[in-house]
Amino acid sequence: MFGSALIIFRETLEAALVIGIIAAATRGVSGRTLWLIIGVTCGVIGSFIVAALTDTIADFAEGSGQELFNAAVLAIAVVMIAWHNIWMSTHGAELARDAKRIGSEVKDGQRELSAIAILVALTVLREGAESVLFLHGMATGSETSLMSMLTGGALGLLGGAIVGTLMFIGLMRIPLRWFFSVTGTLLLLLAAGLSSQMAKMLIQADWIPALVTPLWDISSVLPTNSVTGSILHVLIGYEASPSGMQILFYAGTIAVIVGLTALVRRNQQQQQQQQTPQAKSELSAGTS
Amino acid sequence: MKLRHWICALALSPALAFAADNEITITIKDHKFSPAEVRVPVGKKVKLIIDNQDASPEEFESHELNREKIIPAKSKGVVYIGPLKAGKYPFVGEFNQATARGVVIAE
Repeated sequence: MFGSALIIFRETLEAALVIGIIAAATRGVSGRTLWLIIGVTCGVIGSFIVAALTDTIADFAEGSGQELFNAAVLAIAVVMIAWHNIWMSTHGAELARDAKRIGSEVKDGQRELSAIAILVALTVLREGAESVLFLHGMATGSETSLMSMLTGGALGLLGGAIVGTLMFIGLMRIPLRWFFSVTGTLLLLLAAGLSSQMAKMLIQADWIPALVTPLWDISSVLPTNSVTGSILHVLIGYEASPSGMQILFYAGTIAVIVGLTALVRRNQQQQQQQQTPQAKSELSAGTS
Repeated sequence: MKLRHWICALALSPALAFAADNEITITIKDHKFSPAEVRVPVGKKVKLIIDNQDASPEEFESHELNREKIIPAKSKGVVYIGPLKAGKYPFVGEFNQATARGVVIAE
């Protein structure tokens, strides 16, 4: 029972922490709870489907189908986070202002929320499919009773959910002035970490070169599988011995998201500046 | 038939730890890896074929090698590793960590 609890906890932890961050990051967006529930539900259903299709997926691309599937899932998740961060760069100020007024929420966030729901679903899917496979394997292995296995699974799930909730509560205590900067930075690093994992999958499948393996190794200082290492792995993609290509993906993702965010924000400011003189000239043209 | 030839050679002689084209098959049976000690050349990319003969899935995992992959029941999976520096790189079957343990030795 303890064994299954631990494994399910580890799988749940990642999804729970991410959902905790996302739930906080979308505070003040109208209808977010519903979208988060939709995301989790789709993720759970998807987990069972992917688990059932494991054999089929595994057979693709000469035995590397799983890596390519995971890489695709990770890529979509990274794009969704990028989308969210860019959206926040133009709506963050509005959200922070409105969050002070209880009950008022930003209404035009539906498209943003569907991106968030996809992100949540994919996160749950990645970890959920592994959990389903593991529990199914234990059930067929029949060394442990079904009851003890399910109890262990439920305990692990509960443990993960508690950590995710703590993450959410902790984030919500951050003063509003810094709030969206903190959640935005967390999501940026999360995206970079996912991107680095995507590189790892593609290297494992031999689709891209590893460049240098490892670029450095600090596993004697902080091993990836230690408690701190695992949490940092989930949050910022920490790895004690990453390959050169992973670091390239990590840094590249940060550069692209930060660059796009700055570009979008500048464009919007320019538009606002242009609108003002334009309105004046239209006005004068009308009077002459 | 080259592959089968090599698998036979591997099964017969654990000393013959890697094939000419750096392809190594590791079998999982009764939640144990065989061979549990895999020798690979330093600085070369190696193709690991993990053959899970058990009725339950297994996750090949190694933080040292920076690899993780689920191998469904009764099926094979491919994991590319390296080029590695000389050293020991332990791996486990995450779903059966008590028994499924092994190590890649790059030399």
